Amino acid sequence: MSGHATFEPKNPALKWFESRLPLVGLIHSSFIAYPTPRNLNYWWTFGGILSLMLVCQILSGVVLVMHYTPHVTLAFDSVEHIMRDVSYGWLIRYIHSNGASMFFIAVYIHMFRGLYYGSYKSPREVLWILGVIIYLLMMATGFMGYVLPWGQMSFWGATVITNLFSAFPLVGPTIVEWLWGGFAVDNPTLNRFFSLHYLLPFMIAGVVVLHVWALHVVGQNNPTGVDPKSEKDTVPFTPYATIKDAFGMVCFLLFFAWFVFYIPNYLGHADNYIPANPLVTPAHIVPEWYYLPFYAMLRSVPDKLGGVLTMFGAIIVLFFVPWLDTSKVRSAAYRPLFKQFFWIWIAVCIGLGWLGSKPAEGGYVIAGRILTVWYFAHFLIILPLLGLFEKPKQVPASITESVLGKSKA
Amino acid sequence: MNKLMSSLSFVSLRCGVLAGAVALATLAGGAGMASAQEHGAPQPHRESWTFAGPFGKYDRAQLQRGFQVFKEVCASCHSAHLFAFRNLAQEGGPGFTEEQAKTVAEEYKVQDGPNDAGDMFERPGRLSDRWPSPFPNEQAARASNGGAFPPDFSVLAKARTYEVGFPGFLIDIVRQYQEQGPDYIHALLNGYKDPPEGFKLPEGAHYNEYFPGHAIKMPPPLSADQVTYSDGTPQTVDQYSRDVIAFMMWLAEPHLEARKRIGFQVMIFLIVFGGLLYFTKKKVWKKVHDEHA
Amino acid sequence: MATTETAETTRRDFLYIATGAVGAVGAAALIWPFISQLQPDASVLALSTTEVDLSQIAEGQIVTVKWRGKPIFVWNRTPDDITKAKDVQLSALLDPVARNANLPADAPATDENRAAKDKEKWLVVIGICTHLGCVPIGHSGEYDGWFCPCHGSEYDSAGRVRRGPAPENLPIPPYQFVSDTKISIG
Repeated sequence: MSGHATFEPKNPALKWFESRLPLVGLIHSSFIAYPTPRNLNYWWTFGGILSLMLVCQILSGVVLVMHYTPHVTLAFDSVEHIMRDVSYGWLIRYIHSNGASMFFIAVYIHMFRGLYYGSYKSPREVLWILGVIIYLLMMATGFMGYVLPWGQMSFWGATVITNLFSAFPLVGPTIVEWLWGGFAVDNPTLNRFFSLHYLLPFMIAGVVVLHVWALHVVGQNNPTGVDPKSEKDTVPFTPYATIKDAFGMVCFLLFFAWFVFYIPNYLGHADNYIPANPLVTPAHIVPEWYYLPFYAMLRSVPDKLGGVLTMFGAIIVLFFVPWLDTSKVRSAAYRPLFKQFFWIWIAVCIGLGWLGSKPAEGGYVIAGRILTVWYFAHFLIILPLLGLFEKPKQVPASITESVLGKSKA
Repeated sequence: MNKLMSSLSFVSLRCGVLAGAVALATLAGGAGMASAQEHGAPQPHRESWTFAGPFGKYDRAQLQRGFQVFKEVCASCHSAHLFAFRNLAQEGGPGFTEEQAKTVAEEYKVQDGPNDAGDMFERPGRLSDRWPSPFPNEQAARASNGGAFPPDFSVLAKARTYEVGFPGFLIDIVRQYQEQGPDYIHALLNGYKDPPEGFKLPEGAHYNEYFPGHAIKMPPPLSADQVTYSDGTPQTVDQYSRDVIAFMMWLAEPHLEARKRIGFQVMIFLIVFGGLLYFTKKKVWKKVHDEHA
Repeated sequence: MATTETAETTRRDFLYIATGAVGAVGAAALIWPFISQLQPDASVLALSTTEVDLSQIAEGQIVTVKWRGKPIFVWNRTPDDITKAKDVQLSALLDPVARNANLPADAPATDENRAAKDKEKWLVVIGICTHLGCVPIGHSGEYDGWFCPCHGSEYDSAGRVRRGPAPENLPIPPYQFVSDTKISIG
C-alpha cells in the first residue's frame, strides 16, 4: 500500500527534461512516494513546522532589509520607520521578531522529541549532529538579529555576549576587539552583525538540506523506535504525512498569530524600546528567553573562563549524545527509567531558564548550580549508566504490531 | 535484578523530586530576598484601558484630549522625534482632519535649509514635518532639567514595564495583557508623595513611590484644572494622566487598531482552515485506520 | 452499496476542494502585505512640496531644484524664447498634448498651456527625459531648449519634444504661485 513507485513521466517534454535533470523524480521520491512510518504522532510534524519557520524568517527578513538601515544613528529609527510608515511594516516586523521565538519553540520541541524517542541513535548519528549544528547556527543568527534594532538590550546583549570570548586566556581580548572592530560595541559591530545575520540563515538552509538528505537515507524514527520491517509499516509521504503536517502547521500558526497580533511585544523586552546608550547599562539585563538556560549556567560558575566553558559545554555535550546513551532500545516508551529521567531533565532545563531571568544573587545562584550539575550529570552519568542497568520493557516486533495492539486495547 | 531495577528507579525518581523541591524552595526564598532588596516600589495597579484586549480600540476623544495635555504640558520638556504632524490625521489615530492637522503644524516653527545663501531658516511646520523637540540636543535638555534627561515620548509607552512574576506572566499570554507600560506611567504620574521618615531626598528631586529609587527629577507635572478641556471631561490629575497615556500609547503603537482587526480575521481564517484540514486529514487516514479495525 | 460509495466520493471531493480553496485564499492574502510594503511609504508620500524663490533667477537662466527626488527646471525665458515657442504649429509637434498637471489631460501643447498661467516667461518642467529617464542639458540642441545626452532627444523652449526617441513632452509638475516671486511645487 505504501507505493515505492518511481516517477515515470508520460509527457514527452517532461520525459526529455527528466532524462537530463531528474528534478521532478527527486521531488517525487523525496516528498511523495517517500515511505514514512505509519505510527508517527504529532510531535513529528515539528520538522515540517521548522521548515515553514525558516522560510517565514527568510522572507520577512529580506523584506525588512529593504527598509532597515544598519547604522548606529539610524538603526533604531529605521526600525520604527518600518513600524510606522511602511505599508504593513508593523506586521512584517512583528512576524520576524516573534517568528524568531516561534522558531526556537519549535526547535526545542523537535529536539526534545528526538531525545525522548532516541532519534539520535544508530544509524541516525549524523542526522542528529547536523541538527545540533543547525541549532548552533540558529543561536548565532538569533543573537545577531536581536542586536540590529539597536535598543538598550541589543547593545548590552551584544556587549555581554561578545565579552564571553574575553575569558579565553591570551587571545581572548584580541578576539573580542576583532569581533567588535573597535574598542567597544559600535558601528563596525552593528555592520558586521547585520552582514552575518543575513548570511547565516542561508547557511542554515544549506545544513537543513543535508539534514533532510541524511533523514531520507536512514529513514524516520517513530514512537516505537522499531525500524519499519515491511510495506505494511509505512505509508507514502503524500498524502498521509503532508496532510498531517499541514494540520500541525496551521495549529502552530494559530499560536504564532496569537503573539503577532495580540501580544507582539510579550516575548521581547521593554528596554529594547530605549535607544542604545553606551554609557548606561539597564538595571536588569537578560538575553532573549531561548538563551536563558545557558545564561543561568554561565552565572552559576564563579570563574569567568569556567562559566564560559560550562555554557558552551552544555551545547557541545549534545554532539556526543549518540555515544553517551548506551541503551540498545531507542524509544522512551519502552524505557521506564529513562522516561523518568527525561522528564526530570526537561524540568531542569525549564528551571534553568527561569533562573536565567532572575538576578544572579543568593538562592538563585545556589539553585542554578544544582540544576547545572544535574544538566551535565544527565548526559555524562545517567545516560551511560542507564543503558547498563535499566531493564527495558518488551519492544514490539514491528510497527504494525504495536498499532494493532493499541487498537485492540 | 528486576527488583533492583525498580528500586533504583524509585530512588532516582525520589532524587529528582527532592532536587526539584530543593530547587523550588531556594528559588522561592531567593525570590523573596530579591524583591525585598531591590524592588522597594509597589506593583503598579492594573488600569482599564480602551485599547487593551482583543478588540481594543483607541478612544478618539481621549486621544485628542491626551494630545492637548501633551502639547500644553509635556512637550515643553519631552521630545517626540518620531511623531509627525501628518500622524494626527492618520487612520486609527486621534481622528483630526487633514485641515486641523495642518493648522496644528503651522503653529510651530520648524528649522529648514540651507537656503541659497547657505543659511538655515525657520518656517511654519508642514504635515510632513516631525514634532519639533524642545531642546536642540541631550546636553541642552540635561542642562535645563537639573541634569536629568526627559525621555523621548515616541515609544515610551512600550519602553516601560514592571515585573509580573509567576504565574501572572503566563496568565497574561492567555488574557493578552500587554499594558504594563501604561499602567506604570499612570502609577508614576499619580505616585508623588511626601518622602517617608528618614528618606534622604537628593537636591532637586521629588519623592515618587513608583519610580525606581523613588527620587525623580521630574516635578509633579500635572495639577487639577491645568488644561482646559472643551468637552466637559473632569479636569483632574487622574483624568489628565489617563488621557495623555492613551495618547502616548497611540504614539508608540499607531497601528494597534489595524493589528487587532486583522488579527481577528486571521484567527477566524486559521480556525476555519484548521478545521477543514482536520477533517481532510481524518478522511485521508481513514483507509489506514480501517485496515485493522 | 454503489450509491453510498458515490455519495461518499462526492462528499470527500467537496471537502478536498474546500480545503484547497481556503488554503489558496489564505496564501493569496498572506502575499499581499509583502507586495504592499513595496509602495512608497507614508513618510515619502508626505514629502510633497518644494518652494522656489523666483527673484533670484535672472532672465534667460534655468535653475534646477529638487522635488520628490526629481530635478525640476525653472526657466526665466527671454521674449525671444517665448516668440519661438509660440511660432511652432501644433501639427509640427511629436506630442500634441500639454502634459501639464495643472490642466486637463487633453489640453493641447500650446505655449500658453505649457508656460505658467498669466506669467508666460516662467516655464517649470520635470527635468527628466521622457525616453529613459536621463537629465537633459539646457540651452542646447537645435530647438534652443534641451538636449538629452543619452539618446539625442531634443526639446524646444517650451519643453516640448521635437526630435525622438523621446515620446512625450517634458511633464509639468503641479505648482502654484504663492506670491509674485515664489512658487510652491507639489
